[in-house]
Amino acid sequence: MSIVIFLCLLIGIWQIFYWIGVDVFAVFKPYAVPSPLGVGQRFIELCSDGTLWEAVGNSLLRGVAGYAIAILIGVAVGLLINHFKYLQKNLKPIILGIQTLPSVCWVPFSILWFGLSTQAILFVVVMGSAFSIAISVDNAIKNIQPIYIKAALTMGAGKRQLYRYVIFPASLPELVSGLKQGWSFAWRALMAGEVMTTSVGLGQTLIMGRDLADINQVMLVMVVIIVVGILIDKFIFSVIEKRLLMKRGLWEGQQE
Amino acid sequence: MSLELKNVSMQFSNSENATLNEISLSVEPGEFVCIVGASGCGKSTLLNLIAGLLKPTDGEILLDGKKITGPGADRTVMFQEHGLYPWLNVIDNVKFGMKLAGVPKEVQEERAVHYLKMVNLLEYRNYPIHQISGGMRQRTALARALTMDSSVLLMDEPFSALDKQTSNKLREELQRIWMETKRTILFITHSVEEAVYLGDRVVVLSADAKKKPHIMEIGLQRPRHVYSPEFVELRHQILEEIRGEAI
Repeated sequence: MSIVIFLCLLIGIWQIFYWIGVDVFAVFKPYAVPSPLGVGQRFIELCSDGTLWEAVGNSLLRGVAGYAIAILIGVAVGLLINHFKYLQKNLKPIILGIQTLPSVCWVPFSILWFGLSTQAILFVVVMGSAFSIAISVDNAIKNIQPIYIKAALTMGAGKRQLYRYVIFPASLPELVSGLKQGWSFAWRALMAGEVMTTSVGLGQTLIMGRDLADINQVMLVMVVIIVVGILIDKFIFSVIEKRLLMKRGLWEGQQE
Repeated sequence: MSLELKNVSMQFSNSENATLNEISLSVEPGEFVCIVGASGCGKSTLLNLIAGLLKPTDGEILLDGKKITGPGADRTVMFQEHGLYPWLNVIDNVKFGMKLAGVPKEVQEERAVHYLKMVNLLEYRNYPIHQISGGMRQRTALARALTMDSSVLLMDEPFSALDKQTSNKLREELQRIWMETKRTILFITHSVEEAVYLGDRVVVLSADAKKKPHIMEIGLQRPRHVYSPEFVELRHQILEEIRGEAI
């Protein structure tokens, strides 16, 4: 509850700042400063003509599709670098290196390869998140307590049983936080891709705001991008994470 | 003959001296053998070798005449840290080894219940692991080990992380369970009292690998009493032997 009050307070200060800076003293140009009322008005307009929903829907669809591909690739690569010492030694440093490349840097490459298309955006999303997922899969497996593996081996576990009954469930909580981080990378990469290309989506709505010199629309889309990100984190990943940790008695503040 | 060690030596690549030097020992079916020694004498190494989690630098270990090459269900280990899976509840942990072996579900249930009853834990069958005490966790681990039809049960200081009262209680119960089930047990401990209390024979492992292990027959009748003169005498004798050896 306190965060809601705090947000209202911030928005209030923002509106007062706007009145003083733009309306009263005219220090700033109106087109350069967004205002809460202006953003709210734009929100209603873009909602009622359906633009915003279409943009959110398109972006989410692309995000989820790209993210799904990134999971497949990331998990496969993660398992491989975890399993083969050679890849662990030689491929992992390269992946860690690629991971430092901001996803927006994949955009020119992607456009040259795929043209201004949805594939180009998906490619950026996959490149932006698959490697972080691969690294976290590898780390999650490495952090399993050795005794879990030892105990299973002395009970006669085979390689496949080890993965299915021990390694997978044991690494699951860390895996989920890795996937959560992967999603946030995917979402950022998606926006980078959408801003640079022209298909309908949040990124394109953002750029349209710039082209129309409509700072309220720019601000609105930024807020929407943040809110969608938070909602997915709160209502999907955090819920799964909490459930897993609760079951194992690892949730902070849980009664023993 | 159940378990046989022939001149087993172990030297880790990062150390100059051998941890274990030409250890020979045979454990008969149904026998309870304790290995006792100061910390650093290589007793856990020895258990890991028998479990197949380590390979000896020299010598061989035979189980029912067959050479051990890796870990397997015929030598279930009970660890100091229970090694239970926190994502499974008590009974599913107990069933885990049977699940790996492909035992039919009804048989799994029946045997899990049987051994949970034996360790007095049946009413906690659906508890998550984090909600039961350390002693109960070791009971669960014991029940899990018992469900495996292993030729030999290896126990690596299973009670030493517990408080004294709980560990005393558990060793009494382990003795009772062993008398009921007649399993072959190799039990590692640093507690001389525990070794003399539980073992048919006690192997005293010296921290000096060049010294041959001393094997003592414990002829005392069961159930044993830690305050009987004979018990005190044996305990004292072993303590004298390993005195000042702790590293």
